[in-house]
Amino acid sequence: MARPRPEPMQVVKQRRDAALRALVEGVPYIRFLNITFDRRGDELTGVLNFDEKLIGNPFLPAIHGGVTAAFLEVTAVITLSWEHMFPRIESGEIEANDILTDDSIRFPKTIDFTVDYLRSGLPRDSYARAFINRSGRRYASVRVEAWQDNHAKLFAQGTGHFLMPQSPKPNE
Amino acid sequence: MVDKTELARQFIEAIPHAQALRLDLTRIGEGEAEISMPYNEQLIGDPRTGVVHGGAVSAMLDTCCGAAVMSHPSAPGGTATIDLRIDYMRAATPGQKIHTRATCYHITRNVAFVRAIAIDDDSERPVATASGAFTVEGR
Repeated sequence: MARPRPEPMQVVKQRRDAALRALVEGVPYIRFLNITFDRRGDELTGVLNFDEKLIGNPFLPAIHGGVTAAFLEVTAVITLSWEHMFPRIESGEIEANDILTDDSIRFPKTIDFTVDYLRSGLPRDSYARAFINRSGRRYASVRVEAWQDNHAKLFAQGTGHFLMPQSPKPNE
Repeated sequence: MVDKTELARQFIEAIPHAQALRLDLTRIGEGEAEISMPYNEQLIGDPRTGVVHGGAVSAMLDTCCGAAVMSHPSAPGGTATIDLRIDYMRAATPGQKIHTRATCYHITRNVAFVRAIAIDDDSERPVATASGAFTVEGR
């Protein structure tokens, strides 16, 4: 049996990019920190675009530890939401415009988050990638790593647990 | 001797990110610190409810823990976070100020141990708690 003809690349790219943009740009705090995401297929890399207002120690100078924690957590939540929704984005069930308007589309909630600070964050762009250790029906465990110039030299890593969105029960 | 409390206050207020979050150091000394943050629409994490993003609460808790370490009588100078764990109990109520209180409950020559809590107007139900280890830097 012949496999169905693949969709044109532009259609696939446009759909994925529009969904990712809606997911990220709809959140004021992500814009406040100026975090953006690079996408290759379904793989995401968070980018914390450097700005003076992210500094926590003006004498070194170094990025604020709280900003690093927030960057890791944002990368974890976006990656988890993205992977959770990806099949429904691909099938066309979820459209970019629905992501922040449709109340039935819910996001994972952070239960706890732990950050290891490995070296100080320099005043330049930072990158982060999240790996989903386990994503069950109710809970998910996610590990995130962050680096600057050299991917082999992480400046922070984190682990978090998340409560996955529950699909509403029929008579609720 | 330099007034360490005043020094810590100046240090916190000079932090660009603390200014961006509009953090206000309301009390500091003897290894304890309190910081409050006004509600700010730029910090919203869920645009459908207006709830402040957990990351902003983390940044506040981290700053508050650092301030507590610096104000400890046995801390000679600055500090940096080694690790910090945040537990999120509930969403902060939109429109309300968030307050954090940190205590440096043990300090050695090299490490300071700190815990902190974040609340809003309903002080009976914590928004988040934090616990972490911080470096003890010489002058």
